[in-house]
Amino acid sequence: MSLLEIENLRVSFDTEAGPVEAVRGISFGVNRERVAIVGESGSGKSVTGRSILRLVRPPGRVTADTLRFDGQDLLSLSERKMRAIRGQRIAMVMQDPKFALNPVMTIGDQMTEGLRRRDGLSRRKATARAIDMLAAVQIRDGERVMRAYPHEMSGGMGQRVMIAMMLIPDPDLLIADEPTSALDVTVQAEVLAILDDLVKERGMGLIFISHDLRLVSRFCDRVLVMYLGKIVERLDARDLESAQHPYTRGLLNCLPSIGGDRSALPVLDRDAAWAE
Amino acid sequence: MLIEIDDLSVTFGKGRDAVRAVRGVSFAVNARESFGLVGESGSGKSTILRAICGMAPVTGGELRIDGVPLPKRRSKAFSRRIQMVFQDPYASLHPKRSVDATLAEPLAIHGIKGRDERVVQAMTDVGLDPRFRFRFPHQLSGGQRQRVVIARALMLEPEILLLDEPTSALDASVQAEVLNLLSRIREERNLTYLMVSHDLAVIDHMCDRLAVMKDGRVVEQLNRSALASGDVREDYTRTLFAASAHEVAP
Amino acid sequence: MNALRRDWLLDPNPASHGQARLGQFYLGWLRLIRNPLAVIGLVIIGLLIFMAVFAPLVATHDPIAQNLGNRLQPPFSSGHLLGSDEFGRDIYSRIVYGSRVTLYIVLLVTLTAPVFGLLIGTVAGYFGGWIDTVLMRLTDIFLAFPRLILALAFVAALGPGIGNAVLAIALTAWPPYARVARAETLTVRKSDYIAAVQLQGAGSGRILFSHIAPMCVPSVIIRVTLDMAGIILTAAGLGFLGLGAQPPLPEWGLMISSGRKFMFDFWWVAAMPGLAIFIVSLGFNLLGDGLRDVLDPRGTGK
Repeated sequence: MSLLEIENLRVSFDTEAGPVEAVRGISFGVNRERVAIVGESGSGKSVTGRSILRLVRPPGRVTADTLRFDGQDLLSLSERKMRAIRGQRIAMVMQDPKFALNPVMTIGDQMTEGLRRRDGLSRRKATARAIDMLAAVQIRDGERVMRAYPHEMSGGMGQRVMIAMMLIPDPDLLIADEPTSALDVTVQAEVLAILDDLVKERGMGLIFISHDLRLVSRFCDRVLVMYLGKIVERLDARDLESAQHPYTRGLLNCLPSIGGDRSALPVLDRDAAWAE
Repeated sequence: MLIEIDDLSVTFGKGRDAVRAVRGVSFAVNARESFGLVGESGSGKSTILRAICGMAPVTGGELRIDGVPLPKRRSKAFSRRIQMVFQDPYASLHPKRSVDATLAEPLAIHGIKGRDERVVQAMTDVGLDPRFRFRFPHQLSGGQRQRVVIARALMLEPEILLLDEPTSALDASVQAEVLNLLSRIREERNLTYLMVSHDLAVIDHMCDRLAVMKDGRVVEQLNRSALASGDVREDYTRTLFAASAHEVAP
Repeated sequence: MNALRRDWLLDPNPASHGQARLGQFYLGWLRLIRNPLAVIGLVIIGLLIFMAVFAPLVATHDPIAQNLGNRLQPPFSSGHLLGSDEFGRDIYSRIVYGSRVTLYIVLLVTLTAPVFGLLIGTVAGYFGGWIDTVLMRLTDIFLAFPRLILALAFVAALGPGIGNAVLAIALTAWPPYARVARAETLTVRKSDYIAAVQLQGAGSGRILFSHIAPMCVPSVIIRVTLDMAGIILTAAGLGFLGLGAQPPLPEWGLMISSGRKFMFDFWWVAAMPGLAIFIVSLGFNLLGDGLRDVLDPRGTGK
């Protein structure tokens, strides 16, 4: 049995012009491993991540034959029990820390809030734990950062704080939705390395949602390629070069490369059959 | 030299809060050349484009087009020579104006006749189906929006296009389409490009020469062959190179 | 036929400006009628308009014909649906005719105050600097006065009457719209699409009226519908104080005022027009809330 089991997951949104299906019947399982969901905008990759945590709001509707985490059916859990899972057992890192951190609270207060309220730790213990966690994401001057407000931090720093915050309750599964897309290229590598180490060290499961196939292949064990709400290809990350599906191949080839020739870049010739 | 930027400084704010976004930057772009500015966020690369357009507080240095210093207020004649393509196609189209209204606007401002033919022609030129003419931006995909933005920039038939991260908000496959379109248009119309990007690979693909920027300064100027052979002087360029090359060769 | 028209309206590739606009309008309409509360508001406003237009048909009596033998009749008695007032006039018919006065006030105020506020707000927000300072301090001065007191002062100076009451209300109602429009302008003016028209050489007038103002209109419209209750109440208040509509004109506030004397023995004389004001105010508020979802410019991008 996998840590997370998903069978025939569907998410649809009701609009004036009728229902629109963002995710159209996908199935996969995640163990304590690193699984990537890759696709372009509109592929349904982010909605998939959010529906696992039941964060899809009306008019969105989530249905699935199975949506089970550690033996519990996530779709039928009460909202109260779901809250206990969110953050505690399944954590999520969003794309942009700017929107995920509370702008009027210091980093320290945000990091220790859960520890003190939920786990009943004293202020001193909670602070020590938070500083340890910041050290784990390579923030050495943790005490200064704890006193800072979110706007006082750079993007890379903010994202590391987010990761630290999410990992404090020691979750079993981490969902990272484009965790580095808002960061500069030189910072990206650093944040990814930190994330990679932590995931390995703690043996948790990771769902890494990204648009960047190359990046993901270096960093994950398995890759699921999504197109218009369906999984069109499943690969082991090291077999990326031998991908079969024309969509995956197209994604691999359309990036320019330094020192490449100047001829027109290959573009995707989208085939209606892919969406079938 | 078509565009000359001489010791340009841009400072936002005053006194203690002053932010020196650009600090004494100089470079020049030849006619019909494609010149790239690479750097990470906050390096001042986009601010240079805005300064050329008169939309940033220039506090020092000089900007010259064809050897003539730019006047304090950009004239209508300036509009006909230089246009800009913006980074985010979701933010650079007026949400309440149709494609037709957006493309016809520059014609109306400059009193150019033949609105219908020109709008349809411009749409075909950038590979947009003329049936989309009366759609609103929210009815278009990101790539289609960026094509509208490019078409709008071309309406006045300028000779210089300033490209501010034209593909960074787009999907990789759409990026390829838009980059191809930009290359084709430059060839067809003998345009001069000044392009800004954080992605060294994109700049390398599009530009003949480039300047690497960091903290408001130009760190290094290179041409394409130097970059391809890895013949770079500065450490920062090398870091950037390594980070970008990672993306293409795992 | 109906399906055909729907297809035409929702055609993703409209063939003309008109079709595109109508299509957007239709989508907004669909979104509005999905909200049951907004529909209730819409029905109330619709009934008000119907009542005003067809007042002679809807009313059962002449609104100003007195019949002293039949005065102060309770509701549902002797042919008076909502009773009669101290002069034996039919309250129901007076409320029906009074809707004309209410609509007249509402219409005149909405045609003046928001337009003026929009102009002040966008100009202040777009140009900034000393223009902004001067215009906004002026707005603050108007905002600082209690609306009814200021309106009272105007009417006292200009003389009572419904026209002057409208003028007074409009003069006191514009500052909030100026504030809303300015706030909206400040978020819009730095956007790339405004930079793009500036770069095309457009003058300030063109940018203000055809690019910035359309972005401010939705918030102002929402604000107007939500303020409508206040405007109706202010008009009624002026009527109540004898400074708005003059008797025997069937204005709702005036009716409450004259019913006040009999409040304890003949409650319906004041309560019925009060109820009318309440229902209409509620209708505008519900509609305003519904419109907020439809018109929000940020909502349409998704």
